[in-house]
Amino acid sequence: MAIGPDPKGAVRALNRFGLGARPGDLMLASQDPRGFVLDELMKTDSALLPAGDLPTTPLALQQVYLDNQQKKMERERATAAPPTEAAPAAVTPDGKPAAQPKPEPSPEQKIFQAEALARFKKQLAAGCGISERLVAFWSNHFAVSVSKSGHLRVAAGPMEREAIRPRARAKFYDLLRAVETHPAMILFLDNQRSVGPNAPAGRFAGRGLNENLAREILELHTLGVDGGYTQTDVTEFAKVITGWSVAEPESEIGQPGGFVFKANWHEPGPRVILGKAYPQQGKDQGEAVLLDLSRGTATAKHLAFKLARHFVADNPPPALVELLTRRFIDTEGDIGEVMRALVLDDRAWAPEATKLRSPLELVVASARAIGFSPPEPGPFLHPLNLLGQPLWQPNGPNGFPDVTAAWASPEAMKMRLDLSAQFAGRAHDEPLAVLETVAGPTASHETRQAIERAESKKQALAILFMSPEFQRR
Amino acid sequence: MSQKLSASRRAVLLGAGVSFGAAFLPAPLSAAGSRDMRLIVIILRGALDGLAAAPPVGDPDYPTLRAPLAFTPSGEHGALTLDGFFAAHPSMPVFARLYGEKRSLLVHAVATSYRERSHFDGQDVLESGYPGPGRTESGWLNRAVAAIGAQKLRGLGVGTTAPLVMRGPAPALGWAPQGLPSAGDDLAARVLDLYAHRDPALGEALRIGLDTEKMASRDGMTDEMKKGRGGMDSPGGMRQAAAGAARLLAAADGPRAAALAFEGWDTHQNEGGAQGQLANRLSGLDGAFEELEKGLGPAWRDTIVVAVTEFGRTARINGTGGADHGTGTVTLLAGGAVAGGRVVADWPGVKPEKLYQGRDLAPTTDLRAVLKGVLADQFGLSPKVLAEKVFPDSAAVAPLAGLVG
Repeated sequence: MAIGPDPKGAVRALNRFGLGARPGDLMLASQDPRGFVLDELMKTDSALLPAGDLPTTPLALQQVYLDNQQKKMERERATAAPPTEAAPAAVTPDGKPAAQPKPEPSPEQKIFQAEALARFKKQLAAGCGISERLVAFWSNHFAVSVSKSGHLRVAAGPMEREAIRPRARAKFYDLLRAVETHPAMILFLDNQRSVGPNAPAGRFAGRGLNENLAREILELHTLGVDGGYTQTDVTEFAKVITGWSVAEPESEIGQPGGFVFKANWHEPGPRVILGKAYPQQGKDQGEAVLLDLSRGTATAKHLAFKLARHFVADNPPPALVELLTRRFIDTEGDIGEVMRALVLDDRAWAPEATKLRSPLELVVASARAIGFSPPEPGPFLHPLNLLGQPLWQPNGPNGFPDVTAAWASPEAMKMRLDLSAQFAGRAHDEPLAVLETVAGPTASHETRQAIERAESKKQALAILFMSPEFQRR
Repeated sequence: MSQKLSASRRAVLLGAGVSFGAAFLPAPLSAAGSRDMRLIVIILRGALDGLAAAPPVGDPDYPTLRAPLAFTPSGEHGALTLDGFFAAHPSMPVFARLYGEKRSLLVHAVATSYRERSHFDGQDVLESGYPGPGRTESGWLNRAVAAIGAQKLRGLGVGTTAPLVMRGPAPALGWAPQGLPSAGDDLAARVLDLYAHRDPALGEALRIGLDTEKMASRDGMTDEMKKGRGGMDSPGGMRQAAAGAARLLAAADGPRAAALAFEGWDTHQNEGGAQGQLANRLSGLDGAFEELEKGLGPAWRDTIVVAVTEFGRTARINGTGGADHGTGTVTLLAGGAVAGGRVVADWPGVKPEKLYQGRDLAPTTDLRAVLKGVLADQFGLSPKVLAEKVFPDSAAVAPLAGLVG
């Protein structure tokens, strides 16, 4: 295959910054690897995922409300009038019990599956994949987990699609505000019932403050754990965002399942956070705090380090982190500009490929390499579960780890081997052609030889998927 | 042994202080020498509510403090009696039975050296064994294994991603429930050969993973047993992880130190009482104790299971039926090698003025004292090694003696 002047750069562009090469991608990238990455990053709509048939957050949550209500009514009917006699079991003519009709999947399951499929399709179709990588980075930075409840199961996908994608490279404040007011985040971090002690609604017994969301905004989403805040700042900030809630089915204000500001739950009065007074009233108070947090120096450092660690190396060059921090501060948190600075800097391209691909990156890259595009998301969701990175389901609000040590455990490497063997069974491609697709002339002599000497095509592909060239980026 | 009053509780800890000198002597043979000891560490991620897991039902300030979720010594909200002052959450009957058999104990009002309230830094301190977060990428259990000699005592990390406590210089086995046919030996050998030339680090990890799988199959773990039965925040998942670990630990040439991580203890909202979220998770932990007892068979006699968490939760119930991040909490020890049937606590009480920063159970016992006591008595690790290698900068924290029997 003819390839441009910089095959190594092309591999870096697609693996380090993107989602791995599809047939022909290396050639496209090798003319100008940085331009290849930046072109996609700066294209206006490259991170957007058209809604199509996918419901908005309120509509998705309304389906769950309705489903829960119907189930409750059925339960009540069942207790009120117990059946007098069990209906005779249906049998087929040969006397065997008839197959039970498959139960209709719950709305939660249906919506989750549809969101997952749309996401995977977008990732498979991406050119370089830098925009999808950035979206996934933010989804992990602003982690929510679908294991918390049925509400989260339907709202996690829409949060990424509605709050994150349109702002993946916008001003950080816009992204932050959109996420912290999204029902998925409010529900995940328990803010929907947090009530100010002196708010009109706070006088009712059993209602009060919940500081979960406030703490994680400071610790995880903005300043970082060493960002200089105190327990008092956490409690005061929790008061600032009392009333940030989600409209329930019978709510008199707002659209059921949508964000709502409940003024009579909001702790009245001015607050002081990190030494600064916030005299604002109502929802404006919280937005004013978020704006300051989004531009703080601690936030800039925190995000610059996380971005560099994600894209470049577990221990990124400090000078590169410093450069990104400065860029973040100078542009008042313009993510696109920070990313541009990252992609244009030699230090982001220089380190050898030491980072192990995360399970998500690995699974998507495997599919891209052989053009595998299943009609349902199971073939992606299942391996992600096995490899310890189930979709939108991290163990906690800190998201999945982003260092090689966390993914390269003995158990996980054994699992990668088993999955590679299984996945190789799906492909009919010529192994050396796939090697050409993903590594071109950069493949090592040993890898090429191991593939050539394999006893079968299937084994050759499994070796390819396990090769350092494919596992590391 | 049962202490109902805080005065005598204090005596237990003073006893530990007195034995500080004695701890420099070699550990008695009966504990470390002839026995084939096993240590299993269960990390409870998310901050376990110690006042719910082991409610101080005999403390006169407890019922009002914990309303409306307070347990009573008996009745509808009854907890399981331990020593009359402390009780066990009603969903932990196995732990309570073991207590009666003097094979479990709990340490209350315990905390690591970490005094902030971030889960992730808290877990880092809990698992790294360093006095502060972000100091290292290795865990105290791994370094303990390294100090004893990884040839003598192999480590095991359960889960697709090994808990930090088991990561580090000593190579450890890894195992997780799964549901996938194994790749053939020939493919494995070819990939190992490629790694030997191109990527030794990945090769080492893969080799260990393959070894563990072999050991698990040889010792009768069937494919059915390996199939995932739920996440590590579900009772089924916790039981299964424990059953798998027990099988590997029971093997004659198997690992002797294991780390598991159970999730879902971050009960900010609707924590529940005798039933509910926390009850469900505690029943999983209790089920794990049962599986370990069953699966280890005769080796249970020489086993200690210790369940630890990064910090506790607020003493009072918050505005949404749960509790926020706190400080002092509880540590549970179970196993045939535990000198149990007692509660170890320098109980601070839960009067408002006694609460740490006016909101949390005040910590009076350093968790490292408990863990050092176990490691010293089970494996004969010296106070010097414990204070320098395993829990760096902890010379001032004396190992708590007498936990192993």
